[in-house]
Amino acid sequence: MYAFDYHRARSLEEALKLFATLDEATFLAGGHTLLPTMKNRLAAPENLIDISALPELSGIGMQGGVLRIGAAMTHHAVAASSLVAETIPALAALAGSIGDVQVRHVGTMGGSVANNDPAADYPAAVLSLGAEIETDRRRIPADDFFQGLYATALEEGELIVAIRFPVPETAGYGKYRNPASRYALAASFVSIRDGAVRVAVTGAGKNGVFRWEAAEQALMGHCSASRIADLRPESDALLSDMHADAAFRANLVNVVTRRAAEHLGGASIV
Amino acid sequence: MQDVTLTVNGKTETRRVEGRTLLVQFLREHLGLTGTHVGCDTSQCGACTVILGGRAVKSCTILASAAAARGEVLTIEGLGDEEALSPMQEAFHRHHALQCGFCTPGMVMAAHNMVQRHEGELTEAIVRRELEGNLCRCTGYHNIVKAVLAAAEAHRAVASAPAGQD
Ligand SMILES: Cc1cc2nc3c(=O)[nH]c(=O)nc-3n(C[C@H](O)[C@H](O)[C@H](O)COP(=O)(O)OP(=O)(O)OC[C@H]3O[C@@H](n4cnc5c(N)ncnc54)[C@H](O)[C@@H]3O)c2cc1C
Ligand code: FES
Ligand code: FES
Repeated sequence: MYAFDYHRARSLEEALKLFATLDEATFLAGGHTLLPTMKNRLAAPENLIDISALPELSGIGMQGGVLRIGAAMTHHAVAASSLVAETIPALAALAGSIGDVQVRHVGTMGGSVANNDPAADYPAAVLSLGAEIETDRRRIPADDFFQGLYATALEEGELIVAIRFPVPETAGYGKYRNPASRYALAASFVSIRDGAVRVAVTGAGKNGVFRWEAAEQALMGHCSASRIADLRPESDALLSDMHADAAFRANLVNVVTRRAAEHLGGASIV
Repeated sequence: MQDVTLTVNGKTETRRVEGRTLLVQFLREHLGLTGTHVGCDTSQCGACTVILGGRAVKSCTILASAAAARGEVLTIEGLGDEEALSPMQEAFHRHHALQCGFCTPGMVMAAHNMVQRHEGELTEAIVRRELEGNLCRCTGYHNIVKAVLAAAEAHRAVASAPAGQD
């Protein structure tokens, strides 16, 4: 890691002010993506602004029919929340499948969504549930937020404050974990709200998380795994790497989406 | 450089360090507590596991400055020593849960924290799942799981004993 200065912000206002005044600044939440990236010298900020203790980014609560989760909430806090378990149990199960227990004690939802790793779990839930990303300046619908590998709609210095999840009728998550990293080799989040089915796939897309519209249409009206028994996404659009080639991933997307549909109200994590 | 103050194993210590100093460097290089190991430095192996604010964390992936706001630190040196092993260290010893011993400080800290967080209510499935972040190249994990389950059982026995008894 190259040298940098560390700053701990105590409020949202202070964090934004620090960002505006410091050169080459980056926000630090759990650091479980940023610090490994800095160790590899793929990032070299001169100033880190620690936002993990900002009161504005903390808390999990219901507002109308919306579950609002503060950006600084750890994966452990989401997995252990009784409110999340009651309202969107598949989301609690997803959080509990991230990395390992030490990673979940520190990594945050905001950091995961801002980073938009193509194999990360949260983007699948955010996109399937049609969540809104609440920032210091606006609300961004999930459909506009994710813009390709590690790319999002966030502007320079824009801070995610919370994610707002409309509570669905039901939802399920199917994940096939890379046994070494436990990131998704392929994972699918299926949700039903106002009669509409939304399917979001992570781990598999060349451009990161994507909605699998053919599966959504097939599942509409009757969300049963048998309806997509023979459906696979086009492998041209899928990742091919040393862990799995595109044809294997196309099959895996079918498998995890069927499992998600079979586990509505929960998850299948393998 | 900035002053970082951390309470480690009950003792409050201040050192002047760089912003990029990791918690594990603070412990090993600035406090001389070399029981916490660095196996990978890539957040994978868990050899560097310590307990921060009541939770097992990987000290190679937390800045010392950031740790200062997250509570007290407990390292393997704070658990017990040769004369008086902690119950988890005792269980690792009795069940032969180590071979080369490199992963052991991290294993013991993760296991100790697991028993505390679950109040001793552990099953083999939970132990295996919650040790996913700790890699061991020697033992095949079997005896580690046995040791953690034995320590959990001892924890439950102590917790349910009437007050005044040991
Ligand atoms: C061993 C290991 C295994 C893992 N396994 C998985 C897995 O199975 N699934 C998975 O999804 N992830 C996995 N992760 C990643 C983990 O979930 C990270 O915690 C997460 O991706 C980033 O969150 P963070 O709080 O650590 O963010 P940081 O590393 O602190 O930040 C990441 C990026 O987001 C920015 N950022 C952080 N918070 C905000 C905010 N509120 N607003 C705007 N920008 C922000 C930062 O500036 C930085 O660019 C794993 C990580 C490790 C080390
Ligand atoms: S040294 Fe920290 S996880 Fe390996
Ligand atoms: S005992 Fe050698 S690595 Fe675990």
